[in-house]
Amino acid sequence: MAGKTLYDKLWDDHLVKQRDDGSALIYIDRQLLHEVTSPQAFEGLRIAGRKPWRLDANLATPDHNVPTTDRARGIDGIVDPVSRIQVETLDKNCDEFGILEFKIMDQRQGIVHVIGPEQGATLPGMSIVCGDSHTSTHGAFGCLAHGIGTSEVEHVLATQCLVQQKMKNMLVKVTGKLGAGVTGKDVVLAIIGKIGTAGGTGYAIEFGGEAIQSLSMEGRMTICNMSIEAGARVGMVAVDDTTIEYVRNRPFSPTGEAWDAAVDYWRTLHSDDDAAFDKVVELNGADIQPQVSWGTSPEMVAGIGGHVPDPAKEADPIKREGIVRALKYMGLAPNQAITDIKLDRVFIGSCTNSRIEDLREAAAVVKGRKVSPSLKQAMVVPGSGLVKAQAEQEGLDRIFIEAGLEWRDPGCSMCLAMNADKLGQGEHCASTSNRNFEGRQGFGGRTHLVSPAMAAAAAVSGHFVDVRELTH
Amino acid sequence: MRAFTQHRGLVAPMDRSNVDTDMIIPKQFLKSIKRTGFGPNLFDELRYLDEGKPDQDCSQRPINPDFVLNQDRYKNASVLLARSNFGCGSSREHAPWALDDYGFRVIIAPSFADIFYNNCFKNGLLPIVLEGKVVDQLFREAEAEEGYQLAVDLEAKTVTTPSGESFGFDVDDFRRHCLLNGLDDIGVTLEDADLIKTYEDSRRKTAPWLFGAGH
Repeated sequence: MAGKTLYDKLWDDHLVKQRDDGSALIYIDRQLLHEVTSPQAFEGLRIAGRKPWRLDANLATPDHNVPTTDRARGIDGIVDPVSRIQVETLDKNCDEFGILEFKIMDQRQGIVHVIGPEQGATLPGMSIVCGDSHTSTHGAFGCLAHGIGTSEVEHVLATQCLVQQKMKNMLVKVTGKLGAGVTGKDVVLAIIGKIGTAGGTGYAIEFGGEAIQSLSMEGRMTICNMSIEAGARVGMVAVDDTTIEYVRNRPFSPTGEAWDAAVDYWRTLHSDDDAAFDKVVELNGADIQPQVSWGTSPEMVAGIGGHVPDPAKEADPIKREGIVRALKYMGLAPNQAITDIKLDRVFIGSCTNSRIEDLREAAAVVKGRKVSPSLKQAMVVPGSGLVKAQAEQEGLDRIFIEAGLEWRDPGCSMCLAMNADKLGQGEHCASTSNRNFEGRQGFGGRTHLVSPAMAAAAAVSGHFVDVRELTH
Repeated sequence: MRAFTQHRGLVAPMDRSNVDTDMIIPKQFLKSIKRTGFGPNLFDELRYLDEGKPDQDCSQRPINPDFVLNQDRYKNASVLLARSNFGCGSSREHAPWALDDYGFRVIIAPSFADIFYNNCFKNGLLPIVLEGKVVDQLFREAEAEEGYQLAVDLEAKTVTTPSGESFGFDVDDFRRHCLLNGLDDIGVTLEDADLIKTYEDSRRKTAPWLFGAGH
């Protein structure tokens, strides 16, 4: 019999009941909650007269609607009354049901997918859910982490279980060594460019190979974060020393004997050598260039030395129509060089790229340089209050401010523009976020997805530029 | 949940692949703490020419005459015919809420994004996967014939055209059962409360760090 994949092991360890009809009950160790997708779930519990099954499995924080300026005013700093009600509703729900919440004034507040790992609330081998598709981030720790809808948030609150059908196994293997200046973000954009935004639909993806193993936890989180942009709800990386060292001494991490027992278990969280995958995709890490998205879908990417495609050369009529529509929306010409795309704004942040390593990489590029006068704005939004404090301790805030970037308070910010941070119509933005859909960062806004280093290079240049020319 | 057994309705063909949930319901409308009222803002950026704001009277807004749902012949459509990877992107359940609130009961496409597909079933909305060439045929017929309707039977798992041509579709048994009977799946899961407790007790022994202090 073939061995088990990491996904098989995680599935088996959380299986409460396999039903005859093919569905299964999967036990959930951790639910992260935020203000946008939880109010209707709490309301559902109240209407049905149900209580949360297990309070200590939940952790909440407001992130989507919080302002990134004027935070000393707390909730009063939220200008939009509708946003404010949503944040207040999360506070009320967590207080009423007794759920631990890092409120807006708590230094531990931040983007859910940053604070889980930062607190050790994300531990290897856990099953984790959140009403947010980027929950796949936590798979970087060898977790089974699903993004879910609000009905499922309510279901997990009420039962501590998720109804699931087992997915198929896909291995995305990135062999070889990544070149200097090539980051986890470039790797995942290249993967999505190769397999497409529906390439992972129905699969749980494990990312493996030398290039993945050599990445830090931050880099692995960036890759797993964007599994959903490849269509996969679940993305994972096997546990190794890098994983274990990252979770050591976190506030929620086990200690003493429990730590030792946990590490023994965590060491088993990798695919067996003879495990069978339903699909294997292989990329050579050495071939991956810094990536820039040119279109309105995350699969519309090119290397920094590349060009915007010419729809006339696309044989598939549906794809051709997609390219035509994207170029029209993005205001780009066929065959235009990526380095000729001029920018209006730069956004460094989001659950994809707002951790300390991301900020260090961006700071290293802008240090001693100035933001191009042609830009309207360049901003850095740390992923949590603790990331912000760490960056300030390292002096990164001074580097950004001296270069002319704005240094903001933590939240989702311009990744989806639910707060006040957004693009104007027709503006081009180099963004370290995860989605370049039409209108995502503001009505009529044009998003280009890049790594923090590439965003920083674009900030000081006013247009896209190969970051390796600035740093090497 | 509202049960779904059979439905016959007018078909609106939306000829565009990779329709994402940001497109289905833009973020400014996610600030609501309710499950209803999203219908007027379904496909907001495609449907209207201006930027939509929450709590606005949409009847006074300039509409985009080119958008399929703004054409008179598709008024009161309840079956959305779509292209591949429909519902990709964010997990927002506001997307099926908006489709439902607008009046759609069925969405037919060659493929759906996983989270969206799953969210539909929680809201009495039926997503149906049909082969690409069948979807192509339905697009041609719906565009050619004004008033084109499809009949959907979840019990029999069929989609039937006005000419009587019938196509079978797959749907997993648990989801079908819940939808046919309008079941609250939390109630179904809680029937296994003892099993969940047994699992927890055993897990507490083998992985105690997942419980208690700090959690």
